[in-house]
Amino acid sequence: MTAAVLFQNVSRHFGAVKAVDAVDLEIAAGEFFAMLGPSGSGKTTCLRLMAGFEQPTHGHIEIFGETAEGVPPYRRSVNTVFQDYALFPHLSILDNVAYGLMVKGAGKEERRRAAEDALAMVKLPGYGQRRPGQLSGGQRQRVALARALVNKPKVLLLDEPLGALDLKLREQMQEELKSLQKSLGITFVFVTHDQGEALSMADRIAVFNEGRIQQLGTPEDIYKRPQTRFVADFVGSSNVLSSAICAKLGVPAKAASLRPEAIAIGTSWAEQLTLPGKVISRSFLGAVNRITVDCDGEKIIVASPASMPVPEIGADVELAFSRNDLHLMEDA
Amino acid sequence: MRSDRSASAPLPLKIAAIGGLAFLHIPILLIFLYAFTTEEKSYQFPPPGLTLQWFAVTWNRPDVWAALALSVKVATIATAIALVLGTLCAAAVSQTRFFGRETISLLVILPIALPGIITGIALRSAFSMADIPFSFWTIVLGHATFCIVVVYNNAVARFRRVSGSLIEASMDLGADGFQTFRHIILPNIGTALLAGGMLAFALSFDEVIVTTFTGGQQSTLPIWMLEELIRPRQRPVTNVVAMVVVLVTALPILAAYYLTRDGDQIAGGGK
Repeated sequence: MTAAVLFQNVSRHFGAVKAVDAVDLEIAAGEFFAMLGPSGSGKTTCLRLMAGFEQPTHGHIEIFGETAEGVPPYRRSVNTVFQDYALFPHLSILDNVAYGLMVKGAGKEERRRAAEDALAMVKLPGYGQRRPGQLSGGQRQRVALARALVNKPKVLLLDEPLGALDLKLREQMQEELKSLQKSLGITFVFVTHDQGEALSMADRIAVFNEGRIQQLGTPEDIYKRPQTRFVADFVGSSNVLSSAICAKLGVPAKAASLRPEAIAIGTSWAEQLTLPGKVISRSFLGAVNRITVDCDGEKIIVASPASMPVPEIGADVELAFSRNDLHLMEDA
Repeated sequence: MRSDRSASAPLPLKIAAIGGLAFLHIPILLIFLYAFTTEEKSYQFPPPGLTLQWFAVTWNRPDVWAALALSVKVATIATAIALVLGTLCAAAVSQTRFFGRETISLLVILPIALPGIITGIALRSAFSMADIPFSFWTIVLGHATFCIVVVYNNAVARFRRVSGSLIEASMDLGADGFQTFRHIILPNIGTALLAGGMLAFALSFDEVIVTTFTGGQQSTLPIWMLEELIRPRQRPVTNVVAMVVVLVTALPILAAYYLTRDGDQIAGGGK
């Protein structure tokens, strides 16, 4: 099967800045794909390369088997939901949504019907006569979504789609985007700096840093088995154990990651690894207590269920965890 | 009037303000008054009598009509040239980054900062050196130099407010460059262009200095008036024409002011 989006050794340099550096990427048709990374990591430039707003300095891009470099944005079967939504302020909501069909020369009646269907799909039926200025942030986002989807793109690109929304709305839109993607079967590629968003929505995630992909895999892979220190840090703050501690545990490795919730305090049983340490600080986070333990000068964070007893600050404790939860990493 | 901020200003300040405004506008009212005087050789105050006869006299003078027609033609063509070139220049400067962008921006604005007499002399010597005979077209070119500035300034301010992602969104939705200009850019900068065009027209319409240097035998309306003041015959005709000029130039400027003010809400970004 042809990939929806294919990057072969793609670079985009701005002068001396390597915004995207030798990226290989294959996104399957119908996939919900996330590009996750801090700002300046190259994820948005990758999205703009797919949309056609940027051209690669080196490398080759294909969209559904067709060469993309040199093809302007208006001749790609790809549509974008912009971070600031970019609704046309002088047009009504209906004309905004119908814009893509209008420039392609569709008839007036056809345009109106398609735009109204698209608005109904994003749960804004009857909003056609309003102006973008009269809508809330969440509503504008839905309009931007409808405006892109009405063109039946092969790939939908979303640039930080939920960034401007408040928490409650964001969670609701996550659900909706996911079910929309399932029912339409369109390939969604979205850019985010929010690891929670990427983990909850995407089928696969590419973690970007400094223009390169650090790790590409399923949310579970990325979360449980980070391959580099950067991924371990960026995706949900794993503990990274140094080679010295690994050696003490009898595990020969340059470094290993250990998730805070995989560690128990004080309760050890057979076949478990243990580490002695001293409690430095603790804070109550609702469902869990977050306890920082000093083990030979290295800080290890433990997420202990709120039902467990909490050790005092300064207490000597024993950390216990299974060998299976310790993931060896390639770099230190 | 919105004076809910504070209590009214102190009396001396009020008097000073009224005095300043009176100083600015009473001379214009006097011009209007003398359009109705019965005395044709000198401006004595108060006028010995009032009459409407000068409107009829003016109407029947072919030299007035010739000068007016020339001024309207020059202003129209100069404004048209300025609209095209000023918009293109504003688009280039505000939408793209290139080497020497700031310099070009400065060079475009410079003609309006220079005294008209410098522009006039410069153009005159340039035209003579290039062996271009002084004609209607040299006047148009001379006027276009400062008309472009007004259009450019208006357009560039509006372009800055049109968020760049609007243009990308349009391209993304399948519109090519021309469609994007027609459906997205033009509606968003339209009022700014109208305002800039009106200002340019008004500037050209009462321009004297550059016209003197770049014109041949033709006299535009302001130049005709200047010549008329020297001759002591049918003086109130000049006042009648002056009244018309004030109305013709003031109304578009007022309209331009209101249009740009309303434009504030039009071109906001997505947020």
